[in-house]
Amino acid sequence: MMPQSAPSISSDALLEVDNLVVEYPVGSRIVHAVSGVSLQIARGETLGLVGESGCGKSTLGRAVLQLRRPTAGRVLFDGHDLTTMQGDALRLMRRRVQLIFQDPIASLNPRRKIGDIVAEPLVIAGVKDPEKRKQLVHEVLSAVGLDPTLVVGRLPHEFSGGQCQRICIARALILNPEFIVCDEPVSALDVSIRAQILNLLEEMKARFGLTLLFIAHDLAVVKAVSDRVAVMYLGRLCEVGPSEQLFARPAHPYTALLIEAIPMPDPDIRPAETVPVGEPPSPIAPPSGCRFRTRCPRADQRCSDEMPELRAVAPGQFVACHHPLI
Amino acid sequence: MNGNILLSVEDVVVDLPTPRGNLRAVDHVDLTVGAGRTLGVVGESGCGKTMLSRAVLQLLPKKAKLSGRVMFDGQDLLQLPPEKLRKLRGRSLAVVFQDPMTSLNPVLTIGTQLIETLQEHLELDDAAATRRSVELLAAVGIPAPEQRLAQYPHQLSGGMRQRVAIAIALSCEPKLLIADEPTTALDVTIQAQILDLLAREQRRRHMAMIIITHDLGVVAGRTDEVAVMYAGRVVERAPTPALFKKMRMPYTEALLAALPKLDAAPHTPLPAISGRPPDPTRPLRGCSFSPRCRYAVARCQNEKPALEAAETKAHQFACFHPIEDHADANA
Ligand SMILES: Nc1ncnc2c1ncn2[C@@H]1O[C@H](COP(=O)(O)OP(=O)(O)OP(=O)(O)O)[C@@H](O)[C@H]1O
Ligand SMILES: Nc1ncnc2c1ncn2[C@@H]1O[C@H](COP(=O)(O)OP(=O)(O)OP(=O)(O)O)[C@@H](O)[C@H]1O
Ligand code: SF4
Ligand code: SF4
Ligand SMILES: [Mg+2]
Ligand SMILES: [Mg+2]
Repeated sequence: MMPQSAPSISSDALLEVDNLVVEYPVGSRIVHAVSGVSLQIARGETLGLVGESGCGKSTLGRAVLQLRRPTAGRVLFDGHDLTTMQGDALRLMRRRVQLIFQDPIASLNPRRKIGDIVAEPLVIAGVKDPEKRKQLVHEVLSAVGLDPTLVVGRLPHEFSGGQCQRICIARALILNPEFIVCDEPVSALDVSIRAQILNLLEEMKARFGLTLLFIAHDLAVVKAVSDRVAVMYLGRLCEVGPSEQLFARPAHPYTALLIEAIPMPDPDIRPAETVPVGEPPSPIAPPSGCRFRTRCPRADQRCSDEMPELRAVAPGQFVACHHPLI
Repeated sequence: MNGNILLSVEDVVVDLPTPRGNLRAVDHVDLTVGAGRTLGVVGESGCGKTMLSRAVLQLLPKKAKLSGRVMFDGQDLLQLPPEKLRKLRGRSLAVVFQDPMTSLNPVLTIGTQLIETLQEHLELDDAAATRRSVELLAAVGIPAPEQRLAQYPHQLSGGMRQRVAIAIALSCEPKLLIADEPTTALDVTIQAQILDLLAREQRRRHMAMIIITHDLGVVAGRTDEVAVMYAGRVVERAPTPALFKKMRMPYTEALLAALPKLDAAPHTPLPAISGRPPDPTRPLRGCSFSPRCRYAVARCQNEKPALEAAETKAHQFACFHPIEDHADANA
């Protein structure tokens, strides 16, 4: 697999993903879920990762955290290669990174009380003093806007989706991590609760000095919280750039398609009926050359012969396309 | 709008008995949909959108109590015998749910499901029904439709399954299609494709449609009229352009404000609506939105505002202290 690289604006990268490949064997075939992705996230930065269902976003997020060991490539966290780390070293490193899932209700054990769920990472990390654990649980629950005395003794089903997501965020924060992968944290929530949770994540980020990889399939949501955005399609990066710049001047046809598809709350903007019909091809047999070519209005012979590499088109903006829009 | 009313929902109330007491899911709702028109129903999770559509379809949970009147195409649906109702559903009154698997049968092929629906309602022989099925699958943008007939739902992606559910819903040329969050579970690009598909088929068939969603962005460019629901009631109702030009109900404004704006810089805090809707088993005496409303006055806690017409008959809202000027309110 050819490397794709997208240098970040800052050189102080907390996370550096280098030519990451993740494959799943299914029977005698292979799902090419992530095929040579490189990216950097600077300390204190939020990198948004967007793309359609099945393009490999969760796989990438999980491989970064070593919850799924990558097939090839390196993941440097604060200078240490996580892919070669084992045992205690990996366990210690894992305290500094956390994951928040899309489905908040399903990711909480239905039979355990909220207080125990939130305290669980402390137990695993070896915090033995129950008083200390209780105090930390209370602190973090208050931080995410829940009243600890009202929630610790209750079970997950007694809470709404938005409240469950607050509980998941509390659990992710309790070990004071530096880096959190947020895997579609608001996709299952409705408009008003979504706004509350996005605001909460931003507050927590400022308060705890977090660095975030924020995964979503909704570009408008990603733009609201990200400094830079990476667009992914069928296992590869199409485009990376500063959020505002990417929206104002998308370089990749797929980025433009995603922007066009956002429903605008303005009746004067008639939705453009230009969205090409068709869905992403299977990652078991991805198209040759550019993986987007089967849906791309600009595709030509070169696009099926030659895989486009990420290259700079504007300051900080990188695109993998033979015929970019800018 | 007037004259040609296809559906009229009159003073509909849906009560559900729960362990916590009676839950009023739909609270005195009045709505009309003209033939060939599109109504958007918008509101937060739990505000009663699905229960309202199920009341129209007469598909409520068994224990539910329904009162009021639902007139569809000249018939009072509450008085119709079950057999006639069943015929009506799927024929002139069709529905697409958020989860396509709600309407698809996992153990039957796509072809069997389409052909059965067609033959149940229309007098078609096998060959004609098969031909019609292929046409329908092609119309909803399914590539290689002949081959799809032999496939099972689980062999298709979520977007493809929703297209099949739409093909089945459209198969008997319904007069009204109710789409209950047809795209909430789908990606943005697939969402746009499905909404385009619904709009195109609607125009072609001169079918009326109700689109249910929690996203004002989805209804803006795609409906003639919008009804905003909150805590089981319709709290604002207007022709779509009028609503977006001048929202009067603070809840509608708050729903719109909570959407991430593309023209806002990253990290701009979103004006979220604080708190949650009231517990539907503990109805408030006053305006249901009052605990969350930034314009609330004393009267709001004690009295329920009625849905009333504003400057035009078509624009109605339920609020004692409506937003005077949308531009001001946004500033
Ligand atoms: N454990 C697994 N075994 C085999 N294939 C898998 C496995 N997990 C994921 N895949 C496949 O890998 C590809 C990438 O999946 P992934 O879940 O990373 O996508 P995603 O971008 O997170 O999608 P979504 O938006 O639906 O969450 C998909 O084709 C998926 O079907
Ligand atoms: N089978 C049921 N029994 C009891 N209560 C129910 C049942 N189904 C729904 N409810 C309640 O009825 C109210 C209205 O629910 P409804 O499903 O109509 O909301 P909705 O607006 O469609 O929400 P969503 O956007 O989440 O689909 C809610 O308070 C809900 O909890
Ligand atoms: S490389 Fe070719 S097919 Fe791929 S996005 Fe660019 S123009 Fe389209
Ligand atoms: S009636 Fe009062 S509380 Fe209700 S929306 Fe109007 S101003 Fe707000
Ligand atoms: Mg995922
Ligand atoms: Mg619903």
